[in-house]
Amino acid sequence: MHELSIVASLFEILEEKAKEKKAKKILSVKLKVGALSGVVPEFLETAFNIYKEDTIAAESKLEIEKVPLKIRCQQCGTETVKDDFVFICEKCDSSELKTLSGTELLLEKIEMEI
Amino acid sequence: MKKKEVLVLEELLGSNKKIASEIREKLEKKGILTINLLGSPGAEKLKPDYKIAVIEGDIETERDAERIRAKGISAWQIITGGACHLEAKMVAKIFPEIPADLDFLFIENVGNLVCPASYDLGENIRCVLLSVPEGDDKPKKYPKAFTTSDCLVITKSDLLPALPFNLEHAQKEALQVNPKLEIFTTSALKDSGINELIEYFLSGLHKLRQKNA
Repeated sequence: MHELSIVASLFEILEEKAKEKKAKKILSVKLKVGALSGVVPEFLETAFNIYKEDTIAAESKLEIEKVPLKIRCQQCGTETVKDDFVFICEKCDSSELKTLSGTELLLEKIEMEI
Repeated sequence: MKKKEVLVLEELLGSNKKIASEIREKLEKKGILTINLLGSPGAEKLKPDYKIAVIEGDIETERDAERIRAKGISAWQIITGGACHLEAKMVAKIFPEIPADLDFLFIENVGNLVCPASYDLGENIRCVLLSVPEGDDKPKKYPKAFTTSDCLVITKSDLLPALPFNLEHAQKEALQVNPKLEIFTTSALKDSGINELIEYFLSGLHKLRQKNA
């Protein structure tokens, strides 16, 4: 359960951006959370809703886009969406793989009232 | 009322990553190899008998740091007060006290295979520990800890005869989630496999110092 620490980091960025744009309040926040980011989106949401009270984002909505783990085989070029975290190409058994997505933990965009 | 959408595309743990990079750069310049040890509570993440310094992360008590100091090794305790992982800024606070003439700096993370995996502490080598009593199915249950690590140490191997731990299965699963993982099997009690692990750390140190030279 380190989601609350991550939400604290998120609010540091939110407050900085709101100040920069002289926003009155934050209306919505969109995150991208990879399957291998190490955080649970549902816990992130709970932590967000607790943390947002009495902040500039008190009335905001959190949207989370879950990004699946996608890999490309460097040998045969096959791209696979993995749900088992086995880093072996399903087609040719190679372990020379490149992770294309699924490790991100990203603040994508903020909607503000100015 | 005016609405404005701002595209940010910023990593949530970006500030941690930045501090971690600064720590890594400074320690590398001093020729110190830093190793972040991840594992469950009691996985035997540390049993030192080497000339090193240690940062201990625990939820409560100075006990681990005291145990290490009793062996004449510099140790700092970070008490997280409930937090389940260490962050780079906690290590940065200790940074001014770290002597410049060290070879190895070990950071023993809070006992937890989930949360510490998300935080870069400025280490050169991330090492995940799996003790035999924990069972051989951990790599797939906690993939992030294993995919982000450089090496896996299977500890307490002296218990293998007594427990239904399939060493081959554990190694195979670990390599499935991370084909680049270096695997060591050790028993501190029987003093087996430790030399191989030390050799691995020494070769890391050697490479770092060659890079600096």
